[in-house]
Order: sequence, then structure tokens, then C-alpha cells
Amino acid sequence: MASDLRVLSSGVFFVVMCILYKSTEDPLPELSPQNYLSTLQPGKASLAYFCHIDFPSTSVVLDQLREAVSPLQDYGVSVAKVNCAEEETSRYCGKEKELLKAYLFRGNVLLREFPVDTLFDVNAIVAHVLFALLFNEVKYITTLEDLQNVENTVKGKADMIFSYVRAIGTPEHRAVMGAAFVYGTTYQFVLTTETGLLESVGSEDIEHAHLYFFHCQLVSDLAQPCRRTLMGQPVTTLNIHVFVKTMKAPLLTEVAEDPQQVSTVHLQLGLPLVFIVSQKATYEADRRTAEWVAWHLLGKAGVLLLLRDSLEVSIPQYTNVVFKRAEKEVPVEFLVLPDVDSIISYVENHMHLEEIPENEDSDLEEPDLDIQDDEVAETVYRDRKRELPLELTVELTEETFNATVVASDSVVLFYAGWQAVSMAFLQSYIDVAVKLKGTSAVLLARINCADWSDVCSKQNVTAFPAVKMYKKGENPVSYAGMLGPEGLLKFIQLNRISCPVNIASVQEAEEYLNGELYEDLVNYSSLSALGLFSPTMTVAKEDFTEAGNYLKGCVLTGIYSGEDAWILANKYAATLPALLLARHEDGKIESVPLAGTRAQDVVQMVTGAARETFPEITVENLPTYLRLQKPLLILFSDGSINPQYRKAILTLVEHEHSDSFTPGWLNLKNTPVGRGVLQVYFGRLPPLPLLVLVNLHSNGQVFAFPSDRPINEQNLALWLKKLKVGLENHIKILPAQEWKPPLPAHDFLSMMDAAAAQPPPGKALGCGKAAPVQENEKEQHEDELARRKEPVETLRIKHWNRKETEKSLRPHKEL
Amino acid sequence: MSLSAALGGSLGLLVCLALHPALGTHTKRDYCVLGAGPAGLQMAAFLQRAGRDYEVFERAPAAGSFFTRYPRHRKLISINKRYTGKRNAEFNLRHDWNSLLSPDPRLLFRHYSRAYFPDAGDMVRYLRDFADRLGLRVQYNTDIVHVTLEKDRRAWNGHYFILTNQKGQLYRCSVLLVATGLSVPNHVDFPGSEHAEGYESVSVDPEDFVGQNVLILGRGNSAFETAENILGVTNFIHMLSRSRVRLSWATHYVGDLRAINNGLLDTYQLKSLDGLLESDLRDLAIVKDARGKFHITLKFFLEETNASQSANAIPLPQDDNDNFAMRVAYDRVIRCLGWNFDFSIFNQSLRLSSGSEFGKKYPLIRASYESKGSRGLFILGTASHSVDYRKSAGGFIHGFRYTVRAVHRLLEHRHHGTAWPCTEHPITQLTNSIVRRINEASGLYQMFGVLADIILLKENATRFEYLEEFPMQMLAQLETLTGRTAKHGLFVINMEYGKNFSGPDKDVFFQDRSVGHTEDAWQSNFLHPVIYYYRDLPTEQEVRFRPAHWALPRPTAIHHIVEDFLTDWTAPVGHILPLRRFLENCLDTDLRSFYAESCFLFALTHRKLPPFCQQGYLQMQGLMSTQSLREHGVESGLLRDYATMGQVLEDSGQQHDDQEPVGLPLATGQLIQSLSSNKEEL
Repeated sequence: MASDLRVLSSGVFFVVMCILYKSTEDPLPELSPQNYLSTLQPGKASLAYFCHIDFPSTSVVLDQLREAVSPLQDYGVSVAKVNCAEEETSRYCGKEKELLKAYLFRGNVLLREFPVDTLFDVNAIVAHVLFALLFNEVKYITTLEDLQNVENTVKGKADMIFSYVRAIGTPEHRAVMGAAFVYGTTYQFVLTTETGLLESVGSEDIEHAHLYFFHCQLVSDLAQPCRRTLMGQPVTTLNIHVFVKTMKAPLLTEVAEDPQQVSTVHLQLGLPLVFIVSQKATYEADRRTAEWVAWHLLGKAGVLLLLRDSLEVSIPQYTNVVFKRAEKEVPVEFLVLPDVDSIISYVENHMHLEEIPENEDSDLEEPDLDIQDDEVAETVYRDRKRELPLELTVELTEETFNATVVASDSVVLFYAGWQAVSMAFLQSYIDVAVKLKGTSAVLLARINCADWSDVCSKQNVTAFPAVKMYKKGENPVSYAGMLGPEGLLKFIQLNRISCPVNIASVQEAEEYLNGELYEDLVNYSSLSALGLFSPTMTVAKEDFTEAGNYLKGCVLTGIYSGEDAWILANKYAATLPALLLARHEDGKIESVPLAGTRAQDVVQMVTGAARETFPEITVENLPTYLRLQKPLLILFSDGSINPQYRKAILTLVEHEHSDSFTPGWLNLKNTPVGRGVLQVYFGRLPPLPLLVLVNLHSNGQVFAFPSDRPINEQNLALWLKKLKVGLENHIKILPAQEWKPPLPAHDFLSMMDAAAAQPPPGKALGCGKAAPVQENEKEQHEDELARRKEPVETLRIKHWNRKETEKSLRPHKEL
Repeated sequence: MSLSAALGGSLGLLVCLALHPALGTHTKRDYCVLGAGPAGLQMAAFLQRAGRDYEVFERAPAAGSFFTRYPRHRKLISINKRYTGKRNAEFNLRHDWNSLLSPDPRLLFRHYSRAYFPDAGDMVRYLRDFADRLGLRVQYNTDIVHVTLEKDRRAWNGHYFILTNQKGQLYRCSVLLVATGLSVPNHVDFPGSEHAEGYESVSVDPEDFVGQNVLILGRGNSAFETAENILGVTNFIHMLSRSRVRLSWATHYVGDLRAINNGLLDTYQLKSLDGLLESDLRDLAIVKDARGKFHITLKFFLEETNASQSANAIPLPQDDNDNFAMRVAYDRVIRCLGWNFDFSIFNQSLRLSSGSEFGKKYPLIRASYESKGSRGLFILGTASHSVDYRKSAGGFIHGFRYTVRAVHRLLEHRHHGTAWPCTEHPITQLTNSIVRRINEASGLYQMFGVLADIILLKENATRFEYLEEFPMQMLAQLETLTGRTAKHGLFVINMEYGKNFSGPDKDVFFQDRSVGHTEDAWQSNFLHPVIYYYRDLPTEQEVRFRPAHWALPRPTAIHHIVEDFLTDWTAPVGHILPLRRFLENCLDTDLRSFYAESCFLFALTHRKLPPFCQQGYLQMQGLMSTQSLREHGVESGLLRDYATMGQVLEDSGQQHDDQEPVGLPLATGQLIQSLSSNKEEL
């Protein structure tokens, strides 16, 4: 009676357990010994755990067994718990006090019996069961002799997979057994746990599991050893699968198509492709190179021989290796590598094989998120102790701001003391103050918006830094140029006179045009624009004045509308209203009719005229020329350029190609960063001068004018013609990738989840006045250390996204 | 100038007032505000600035009448910090708990009192000045005795609020803003409760308590304030309340017992004769004996005996239990049990009911401060504290001055088509905008957990709008309430204490209570900024059923800025860098700033540029470096010295670029030659 009750209650208990586990796992069937033995089917494997109904301490084993139900089912192995009642007579039930065992049957034949302590977790259960079932497929060996024997038997017939695991029942063992289940008929599997054997194979790292592929099928001579390839990744099911797949793929493939289009099994497995570029003349040697590389990259990348001569698409001239990452959207990289070793190291450094976090305690080096990677923030921080001559500028406050700005013409810098960009610009601002010291009537002032945010927002300043010029009776003008001393100085100087400035007479107009009127300002504006109107042309004058206002601080503009304006118009062959553009560099004066031209168009005309036809490209002016949205033809030069080159390019521009590109030259002495540009294009610093065409706006191709040909008009024209029809090879394709976060962020959400799942001991969460402090102090310190050692959870948003969707599938606890 | 205009306005108003009763019609107003206390005046100030048609009704002859009598002992416990070492006016409001918001810097409370805990009289003076200076339209001596609804489909809210004053004059209002505070002293009914003197009328002269045994009912600030006043002259003070005392330094709630009032706790724990007891008042009874002394007994003892029996015959607890704590007789019993909202003037049709959660103290309202019962009826000020009772500062001037502003912004959008004010910026200003606000914003700081800043991303996340101090519990309704769109993701910036840090019995001084490492920021305990990122605007359901102890629904990602001892979150590596990384990863872009030289290099070697170069350099607003900054850059490894690059390369050919392999380019043929040396290895 009593025992019946117990049966009943434990039955209820298990029903409950089943319900609890139902959602996540397959149920573990429970049977009596008779029932179980009658369910055994011929040829089917089955694992049964025999235990006494009232044996409670076995729940750990049962939990693990329950977890193993589903993985074992994948291998066609069923799992059951067999309840031995006390009066049970089955021999598997054993005696009451004995430790109970699990038994593996195939059909009704007993294959193995496992003491409970060998089945310590799911990995062990799966590994042991497969090990027993695959007894023939996986040879367990202990000596080097054993290994050689097996090797010799398979030579010329099959390849062999040798693996070392630290112990039977480990996750690695399970992974190897899983692979053997799939590939056991194709390859000979050999397993050892002997460290000595591993060492004799050639590895000294006995801490970790290893897996070698022995290429024995190709070997015909028994005396010759099989070539071996070590799997570089940790021994996990997925990695073994990828590894074996790559071993099966052909070692080297020849292709003659666009590398971007080529796809092999490697790409599908997430491995990159390496194309060795070959041409007819060197084919044999190239093929040998490629084979050598292929053997060295086996399991890491796919290697192909790219036959350049039969290729339809063009690849950059000097390229000898093309690298294609597994990620789909990334364009192929055209490389110029000096030797084969650099191919191997390049591939190894740029694998980007996605880490599969199967192994949680892998000691991957985490990037240090606390290292500043913002150059402005870092440099300003490093410079924080240097004292600037701030006294040259007037510091404004809420009280003094209005009075100061009203009292004198002033320039105000709005900045925030905590903001790096502001503080970097403050240095340039002070530089300007130093230059203007004692010469300028304009007051240079600054206001720290971190202190006086109200003042700044009243002045409509919402982003820092900002510069505004305040002049009596005029609306404040915002500075919109480069945040550097030159641009700012120009702005301040040009703003000394009104814009447009009213010219009083024809005489003065002439002086204005030849630069005598504002001699000191001509340095800041290479162009002087003069609007000529007869006194009645009020609308046209208004439009021009508006344009002048807009150009404030950029270009000198003047307006003359005297009765005798026609004199000037006649002189420069213009009809009123007219715009005269005087370029001070060469003294040329050009006239443009202004009839019916709106302010906007005037601005366009003047800024267009301010652009040079063959400018020296600098950091400051590049954006102006980029706006034209045309390919840039840049002559890189170390110092000033040969006037002949200048002439050659200018004539070229005038003759035919004026619209197809923007020409310019770059003086590395003035713009040293040009060296960085050249290095990206060529991988080194090429001999100078050098002419390069950069197609930034369409396909990112970079072409180099052959350095062995003299730069003259004919050669250039020919080269450009060839470029146009696609007969020239580019040396580089500029990447079109988006700028992604340089490093991940702390994933606080996961940390909070983890903490919610298992509250860490004590104080961190403020459980407060727990035990006496003295005793706890050391422990707490250790806790602290342990906490700090925990790997920082650093997952990108993409991962957050994934987790988010998983979460939403789960039922809401709060509901 | 504005003052004279305002005067003109109020003159015109007087004319209207004179005319309307004569015509026998209602006086019509778009906005009617009840009460010229701090909240009413604050709302009036906003309505005035916006040029709205409004009127404030105040029954007393002047503004701030509550403060003419209360607190009884005249010391305000709202701090008046006149010096902070900072000049930022917005930041300084974080430590000014008395000023109302106005553009006039003369209307800062520090000009009215030098005391850290100022006198209530100064508050009265301040409020009267506030109303006068800003020329607010307040009708004094006007007691609104009844409020009812009149359905009208043309009305803004489908009905008008009809107000009747003590003279029977009627006012018709489109929107009713109730800022009457809590004006009714709370009574707890128990036998003998009539023997207790109320806080509102008890003597404040300590001389009246000399040598007396005093029992104080309640354990709020008024109870302790009363005790503090007489502590030195009484025999002892016993203090009785239903639950344990809540110390504001532990709960971080300014409505709990403030240290300035807690002298009695000190003497109690230092074995003086004073003491604190906990018991539910409703179980007790006070019996007055023949000598006029008061005895405490239990209510059910009283029920057992005949009520008409003399005091001596009533059983006392000490009859059975001779060490009963309150067995001594008291000379005085003082009731300090707080205040309730006055529901009496509101007609049933307004369906203005009291919340059940905190008793009958506060009217039931939404997180938008609008009554749940009638649209267009808003509760402002102290009476609106049900939204954040025992959490934030919404029941106090330094909190509700911001919630009033939020209500005003909601109204501006609802009735005048003015969308919630915002500033629009390019995405490169994202980190800056947040850093600026968390370092100066007072509304976020005072109304933590209630008002939050919202960043609405524009398409492709190239620009964003910044909205300040939105009632965060209304997040799901953001689009309808503000008139802004949140289609492309949003950030919410809130200030929070650590999740388990605040609470009535918490030890807030435990070891290691603060964290300093950025990766531990989520465990910060002291008030610190928390930024939530949502890819989509949360729904009402999600807000309502958010996880316990969460201020908002589960976000896509969250960032905590590590707590700071100085509440100065401008450290480049400790605060700004982790914030930038978080924002970058939310937006999947690179938010670093670059010098023009770097942008130049990128512009010629990449087809896409980082946002900073795109929005700065390419617009010809690049940031030029200086010699000294460049040197630091090279030293840190973040910048390269291009001027010397050539030499290094030519000399050794060893220089390695981080992106590109360097060395002499070899044609394929040359590759083979180097191969022969490697061959033996195979």
C-alpha cells in the first residue's frame, strides 16, 4: 500500500517534470523493464537508464539524459528511463544498493554498459554512445606504431582524419564522433588521448584538442608519408565540417572570369578566395606558386589561378594577387604583394572568419573599448596642459555679451569647454588673434557656451564651434568656412569693408579692379568682382547686392552705378548691367552680362570664376573642386611643378577634355598628406612627378599615367583616349564601404539580463548592510576581481537585434 | 516694453469684466487657471508668453496665500543654493528649488533670500513679484465655488468648463488648469480624534509646551517640523504613525523626512526621552480624563464598553499589559497627517475622482497631467503628484515648474498647431547634444524618471530632432502629443538612480556604493544619465506592461553613463567615449571627429566619407589641426607624420601602413623567384 502511494506520487512528479520540460525538450520516455525490452527494434540503437523508482539522487543524471534525448535522436538513437520496481527481476536492474547503470542496445543486443559516472553531461553521453556505435569506423590508438599501421593500410585508398582529444567524453570528443558519424565511411578516423602520440605527430600544444587531415589517398609509395594538414580552428562540430569540406574541394582551380563573380565552396563556408594572377609567359611558374600557396592555405582559403590574358574584365596593372572576402558585399581587393609569404600572412590577417561562440571560455582578446580612437578628442586631451595666450581674446559673459557686441565690431567664437572640436578650433582662433594683434579694429571675443548656454541659444548657436561677426547696424554674419586660421583670417579681413562695397567713381573702380584700392585685402581674395549698373537699374542692383551679401567674407565684391558707368562698360566690352571679374594673379579682367541674372546665379558665377582652371589642390580647397563631381586629374609633385607640365595639361583642357575631368596639381611640400594618398594608390611612394586620374564619383577607379612616358600633350591625350575606351588598366579601385562603428559598445542590456538571471552576491546591487564588513572585505575584493575578469559583453547591435527577436518569441513574464 | 503691453492687456481685461456681468453672459476664456500659487503662476507665465487668452482665479487677495500660513514654523525645506561654482543658469536651477521659470533673471529666488532654507515669507514676496513683474492676469478675491461641464460640439474638447465664483458670476473656459494644491487637512477618524489639535492651528510658540508630554500623530515633515520647534521645552515627544519613518536621503524623495527636520530621530536614538512608535491610528482611541490629560487606548476596548462611561472606566492597554509603550498620559495630542486635494467644487459631470492607490489625496490623472475623467482638464502643481508620488519631484516647485511647461507644450500643439519645440541637428552633433543636456539640464535632473529628452532620428539617420523634457510615460503617444514623427528610431535620455539603491530601509552609505569603471556603468547607484534606444516607437501596451522596476519598455539597446561624484559628465574617455560607441553601434556608423587632413585623405581614397567629414569638410567647414595638435596626434599613433613619411619609406622600406601592405611591388614573375627559397619547406 505504502509503496503504491510512492509510485503514484513519483509518477505525478514525473508528469509534472514532463510538463515543465515539454516546451524545450523531448520527453524522456519512462518504461518498465518488460515494456522497454519489448520496444527494442532490430538494427535500432537505444540507450536505457535503469533506476529504481524511488531513487531520488539520480536527478542530475536524468537531467543530462533528458537533454541528450534530442541530440541522440539526430543519430537515430532512442533514449529511455527504465523504472525498476523492487520486485523486478530483470538483470539490468541490479541490486538495490548498487549504483545503477545505463545500457546501450542495438536491436536487443547489448553493446555497452556505462557506469553512471561516465555520463556526466550531455557531451559525454553523446560521445560515449557514438564511440560505442562507431567502434569500427573510429580506431582508438595509443602508439605511433598504431598510427603508422593505420596510415599504411589507407595509403592510395583513402584519406585519414586523426584527432587528439584530452579525454573521452569531452565536448571535443563529441564533435569528433559527430564528424565520424557523417564522414566515417569516406575517411578513416583515428582517435587518441595520448599526449605522446600527439607530440610525435608534431604538436606540442597538448592542452587543446587537435585534428589533422592526412592526405593519404594520393600517396602510392608506401615509404612516402602522407601529407598532413592541421585544422587551425578549435575542434567543434561546425569547424570540423567546414574543414573536411575544404579538404574535399580541389586544391587549385583555374579561372578566367571576373573574380567578383567567381564562387566556390570556400565562399559558401565563409572562407576567402585568393586569386594568383598569371599570364601566359609565366604560366608554369605561376601554377607552381599557386600550388604552394594552396597547400599552405588549405583549410583557410580557396586558391585559384586567374588567367589574366583570357580575362574579359580589366584588373589593375600591377596586381599579382586578388583577394576576395567571404562577406558578400565587400568588393574584391587588388593587391600587389612582394612574395608568397606575404600572401599567406595577408590571408591569415584578413580572414574575418566569423567566430562561432561555441566555446564560451575562449580567451579571445577583447578590444579595449576605453582607448580613445577619436583623433580630435585624443589630441586635444593630450594638449590640455599647454597654456594658450587666451588673454588676446575677450572672454564674454551673459552680462558683457550684448554691451561688447554693440560697442565695437567684433568677432565672437562660441565654443564649449568640454567639446574637443571646439577646443581644437580655439587654438586656431587664438592664432588669428596673435596675427591680428594690434592691427585690427575688430575685437576678437569668445564665449564658453558650457557656461552661458542661454546667450548662445539666444544667438541661435545650436552647434559648436560657431563664429559670428557683429557689426554695427548690420545683422550678424555666421562664418561658414574651414575651421582654421587662414579661412577665418580671410573672413575677418574681407569683412572689414562692406560687401558689396560702394565704389564712388570710375577712377576708384579702376583702382578697385587692379587691386590698388584694397591692396591689403587682395591677398585674401584672388578675385575682385564689380557690378556695373546704370542708376536706374534698381532691380538688378538689388539682386547684385544680395549676392554680395551672400559672398561676404569669401570674395571682394563692389558695386558702381554712376551715370558714367557706361565708360567702364565700353572699356571692357560689356553692356550694362555687367559683371567685371578681375583676377589679381594674372591681372586679367573678364566681363559677363548681368541682364536678368538672379542673385543666386550671380553667386554661382563669382564662385565659379574664383575657381582656378589648374589649381594647386590643398586640404583647404579640395572640397571646392570635389563639388564639380568630375574625375580628378592630379599631378603629384614634390615641390613646385615644371611649367611645361602645366602648359601641357592646360592646353589639353582648353582643347578637348575640359568637361570630362577637373585638373589640378598637388605639392607634397605644402600638402604632405598627399603622400598618404599615393601610398594607398600604389602601396608605396612612386617616383614623382606622377599624374593620376581618380574617378571618385562613379566607380572609384584610379589610373596612373605611365611614369616612363614623358608628360606632354600628345601622350596625355592618347592616354585619356585609351582610358575612355577602357584600354587602360586601373591601378586601384577605391572602396565604397560605409563607415561602420570602429569598435563595439558595452552591451549593458545583456549584462543586466545576465545579472537578473542570477543575482551576483551582495553589494553590487546594494543589498546593503549584510554581514560584518571586516570579514567580508577580502571576499568582496575577490568578488571584485572575479567580476572584472569576466569577459566584457561586447556585441554589436546586429547581435542585439537577434537577441531581441528571440526574446519576443518567448512568452512575456510580465503578462 | 513688454510690461507696458501686458498692462494694456490687463486694462482691456478689466473693461471686459465690467461689461460681461452686465450683459448677463459668461466671461469666455480659452484657458482658466485655478489658484495663483506657484503652479498656477507658472502656467500663467507660459500662457502669457505664448500670447494666449487666459485668466487665473485666486480666492485670496494676493498670490501665494498658502505660504502666508504654511509651513507653520516658516522655514521652507526647499534649498536655495546661491553658489554652485558654475555660471550656467540652467545648471544652477538644479540646485535652486524655489524659483519659477521665467526669462527674467531678476526672478530668481536667490535674489529674495540669502538663507539656504529660506523663510516662507520670502516665498510669498517672490510669488507676488513674479505675478506683478510678468504682468500675469490674475483675478484675486475670486473664489471659484463650483465647476461644471457644458457640452458643446464646437468647443475644443467637446465641452466647456463653467466656473461659478462666490458672487455667482460665470466663466466659460475651453481648458481648465487646476493648480489648487492640497488644501484640505487630512483627518483620520478614530474615537477621540476631536481631542487632537491640527497642524494648521496648533500654537507655534514653544512657551506653550513647556514641561508637557506631547504626542504627535504623523511622521511627515510637518510632524517633525512641529516636534523640532518644541523639542527643547517638552518633557518628551512621542510620535505615532502607521508605518516606519522614511528618510529622504535613503529614498531620494524630497517629500520624505528631510535631515533638517530630523532632530527628534537623533534624540530618540541617543536615549533621550523622545520616541517614535508605529501603529495604525484607526485602531486607537484617545480618552480624555478628568484632569484633561489624554490616554491612548485601543478602539475595540472602547467598543466593548459603553461610550458614555467616564474616562476612568475605559479599559487601557496597560491594565493588562503593564509595560505598554504609551501608558503615560499626554498633555497634548497634535495631528500632522498631511493634506488632501479639495474635490468639493467639482461637479460629478467632470468625473474627477481620487486615485485609489494613495488614498484620497490626489485626483486621478494621466502621465500627461490630463484628468482621466474629462478631456481638457489638467491638474498642475502639488495636486498632480500622483504621477510620481514618492519617486520624483513633481509635487514640489522644483519639479512641477517643468511638468507645467510640459503641459503647456502639449496644449500649444493640441490647440494652436505649434509642434513641440525642438532643435534639428546633423548626426555629427548627436553626442554633443546629449552631453550638453545631461550636464546642464535641470528638468531632467529634477524630474528624473518622469520627464525625459527625446531624440527623433530622421530618415537614414543623417539628422535628428531634439525634444526636451517630454513626459516619458506618454512615449507611445509621442507623435500625437508633440506633432513630431518618430518613424526612424529614437533615443530617450533619462536620469536614474541605481535600480535597488533607493528605498526606505536602504543603507545608502554602504561600502563600494559607487562604480567608476565604464563597463560597470549599468550598476551605477547615484543619479546618472541612461539612454534608451528604440528602433520603433514603443506601443502603449509595451509602456504599460514594461518589466518591473524599468522606467521604460525594454529598449533595443541601453547605455548608462557611469555615475559621477561631481555630476559632471564631460570626461573624454570616462563619459563621452562610451556614449559615442553606444550611439555609433545603434546607428551603425562612425561618429568620430577628424581633422581636415584626414578627411582629405579619405576623400581621395574612399568613395564614402564618415559623417563628420561629409557634413564638415565636404561642406568646406573642415577642422584644421595646429602644429601642436598634430604632434600629439603622431605621438598617440592616431595621426601620421606625412612630411617625414617619404624618407622613412625610402630608407628602410619597412614602414607598415595599417591598411595597405608596403614594399616594392613585384610583378608576378618576381613572385616566383622568391618562391624558390621557400620550396624546401614543402
